[in-house]
Amino acid sequence: MADVSSATHGDLRLTRITKTYGDFTAVNDLSLTIPEGSFFALLGPSGCGKTTTLRMIAGLEEPTVGSIHLGATDITTKRPYQRPINTVFQNYALFPHLTIFENIAFGLRRRGIKDVTADVNKVLDLVELPHLAQRKPTQLSGGQQQRIALARAIVNRPALLLLDEPLGALDLKLRRQMQIELKWIQREVGLTFVHVTHDQEEAMTMADTIAVMNEGEIEQMGSPADLYDNPGTAFVANFLGQSNLIKGRIEGTDGDNLVVDLFGQKISMPKNRSHAVDKSMYAGIRPEKFRISLVGTPTRGNTLTGGRIEDVSYIGVSTQYQVLMPWGQEVMVFEQNDDGVPPFDKGDEVVISWEPNFTFALRGDDDVEAGLEVNPEELDEE
Amino acid sequence: MNKQKDATIPTIPAKARLSRWFGRNLIRIYAVFGFTYLFIPVLYTFAFSFNDSGKSNLIWKGFTLDNWKNPCGAPEVCAALGNSIKIGLLATVFSTILGTMIAFAIGRYAFKGRSSSNLLIFLPMATPEIVLGASLLSLFLVFHINPGFWPTVIAHVMFCISFVVVTVKARIASLDPRLEQAAMDLYANELETFRRVTLPLVAPGIAGAALLAFSLSFDDFIITNFNSGTLKTFPEFVYTSAARGIPAQANVIGSAMFILALLIVIAGQFVGRRVKVSK
Amino acid sequence: MSNVLTKVKLPYLLLLPGFLFLFTFFILPIVNLAQTSTQTPIAGGDTGQYEQTLQFSNYITAFTENKEQFARSFVFALCATILALAIAYPLAYAIAFKAGKLKNFLLVLVVAPFFVSFLLRTIAWKQILGEEGFVVPTLRNIGIIGQSTTLTSTSFAVVMGMTYNFLPFMTLPLYASLERIDPRTMEASGDLYANGITTFRKVTLPLSMPGVVAGTLLTFIPAAGDYVNAAILGSPNTKMIGNVIESRYFKIVDYPTAAALSFTLMAAILILVTLYIRKAGTEELV
Repeated sequence: MADVSSATHGDLRLTRITKTYGDFTAVNDLSLTIPEGSFFALLGPSGCGKTTTLRMIAGLEEPTVGSIHLGATDITTKRPYQRPINTVFQNYALFPHLTIFENIAFGLRRRGIKDVTADVNKVLDLVELPHLAQRKPTQLSGGQQQRIALARAIVNRPALLLLDEPLGALDLKLRRQMQIELKWIQREVGLTFVHVTHDQEEAMTMADTIAVMNEGEIEQMGSPADLYDNPGTAFVANFLGQSNLIKGRIEGTDGDNLVVDLFGQKISMPKNRSHAVDKSMYAGIRPEKFRISLVGTPTRGNTLTGGRIEDVSYIGVSTQYQVLMPWGQEVMVFEQNDDGVPPFDKGDEVVISWEPNFTFALRGDDDVEAGLEVNPEELDEE
Repeated sequence: MNKQKDATIPTIPAKARLSRWFGRNLIRIYAVFGFTYLFIPVLYTFAFSFNDSGKSNLIWKGFTLDNWKNPCGAPEVCAALGNSIKIGLLATVFSTILGTMIAFAIGRYAFKGRSSSNLLIFLPMATPEIVLGASLLSLFLVFHINPGFWPTVIAHVMFCISFVVVTVKARIASLDPRLEQAAMDLYANELETFRRVTLPLVAPGIAGAALLAFSLSFDDFIITNFNSGTLKTFPEFVYTSAARGIPAQANVIGSAMFILALLIVIAGQFVGRRVKVSK
Repeated sequence: MSNVLTKVKLPYLLLLPGFLFLFTFFILPIVNLAQTSTQTPIAGGDTGQYEQTLQFSNYITAFTENKEQFARSFVFALCATILALAIAYPLAYAIAFKAGKLKNFLLVLVVAPFFVSFLLRTIAWKQILGEEGFVVPTLRNIGIIGQSTTLTSTSFAVVMGMTYNFLPFMTLPLYASLERIDPRTMEASGDLYANGITTFRKVTLPLSMPGVVAGTLLTFIPAAGDYVNAAILGSPNTKMIGNVIESRYFKIVDYPTAAALSFTLMAAILILVTLYIRKAGTEELV
């Protein structure tokens, strides 16, 4: 029987973790602290190393270099069954030969708990499926299997719950519903959740803190709002939502603001939202922050003139415009359909403007294509 | 539902309909012929088990139940059957154990020499039975071991192992490795994981392999003939008595084995279905 | 890191007993067979006593004396394999795609004849097709065969018997690979302007190739070494190499020649099988 009774609690600390497979480096010198009680998401495209990281935390892989601590205990080389950590597997991995009840009781029994009935029933109530206790996993729908997989893990009240693309196999509507439920259950049971996903919307909906991973390293970490409003790299700017990145030069400062030249037109932005290291930079503006006005109408804030509308897509809540700028770049603008009718037509000559505070600046040598080519819908096959 | 025949709906001419039916069902008709081919000798054997034949069971002489009432009536037939069953059971147990262990090693682990291991498993299947039987006999003779019961068991284990490995390996390959990881994640150590998750999930494959091993052993003639010496198994009994006429009791035993096997399979399927239905 | 250590050792521990067994009772006998094949009788010794003289001419003698039987074995085995493929493919196809709820039942039916000893079934054929059966007189009466023509003791009977005996070995692997084909790929082919025959040639057949290879091997190998069908359904004129080997062991007691013949047969089959697998380009068998 595995001795996890002296369950360690506390923050999870990964210290300088590297994992290589032959020549391939899956995770590269990664350090990370996940505070106790938080809902933490590891977000990134296929092959970014997030699943490998998760498997090292679970004990299914051993890091090549580095250490993993849970509270004060070093768990780097502990076997999976020696860690107070449970996983909700991708595709759930429910035992097909056991009933739902026995699936959930599996961990409790292995830990030598004799009377499991009360615990199992309680967690079945929590996931609202008490009537399925005697069924076999194959008789359950995808959504039900997902909840049982969750129940099977949380019944052990682990110090850490790992979720590996737990909603990947569900359809969109069910996924949205489960996102809300998972969040609720996390608050209800008060466990630390570490969630791995390639779906940025899922991560933003559920997590308190997101670490965006790319090529085995953490690109940026923060709250969903921080990451979205002030991405530090082109990868994050493009992977989390959409961004317009316009090549520019920092001309000087004006108090707390920077003065920036974008193809001959001057704009300003707050100094503390710049990640540029020298004068060369990219100015980033989210499409919904832009406003469009016809030439001659008054504008506020930063203004770029000389645009022409190239394409209009009406998508219900908003309308998306492609605006061709004088330097040949097409920028994207989302306008809310407050009054229901798209007021601009293809070919209109327009000016775009936005509040200076919404601008962020990236390094001038960043790769503006980063994070674009990945298809966030493709399944993670690490 | 009082639909009148509507003249505006184009009808398909009867001849075209027939040829279309034929085209669609050609493969089914073909399958019926295939099964007929498979079952003609089975039905013949079954029918002649009721023949009131006396010694030689060649010509239909009349219906009788005597052969079924007294299956051991012919000399040696039940002794031969007993030998076949004993050898079959022993060969099944040993080949299933050895083969399952090999299947786990090859199916579960990456190790040096894995592909040559696969080759060693494939070779006995690619060797004609007569060569297997003859070469083993030569070896026994070199070591002055007389052919007989145990040499036959050894021969059967040898040719059954490969079939067990292939069958169990296929089952292991279809096993989702995440199930074992999930067990470990849920506090089961390696041994418990094997006992509670891996083994129950591979068990149907092992059972299938054991069944295969038994039927291969029970029906083997060529390899047995080389290594059994004076011992006579059921196929050997049939072969040697073929010249002077096979007693109808042999047909009884063949038919009974057939019915028994069919019943076991049908019962197995029935139980399987009941388990699935009872939600 | 004791885990790593057991992980490295464990597969070898699992392999050890089985491989020791196979080494002793499969590899060693084959090596011994090779040795026997170049021996000659001890001068003045009893029957069955031989000494190693590296008499490689045993092979030449064995082969030249039995060319005909070798050729017949491979021709018969080839015919039986082709016939079995022709019968089993539609059968497997029907079970995989047209059987509906009867699928499992039909699959059981394919294997079921196994449980009646194959010797009983082969002898049943002999009697059905023999002089006392009903087939021969009927065919003679309606004039399909001549009054003196027989069906047993012919090459036809031997090939038919082998086809019959190995039919399940052909059908099962074919079924296994056909069953794995997504029927939508065939529909897609039809959607992309392929007619039934083209769909079969370009989609179904290539996808079922692993089954074709496995089935033909499982039929050809035992058929080439078989002697039971030839002994029961054939005549002295339809002797296969298996019959020769058998009589060299049991009747003539000429172990070196028998060993040379066995070894030649095995080598020939292994070479053919290797070439065939190379050509078919499948490794799923091993």
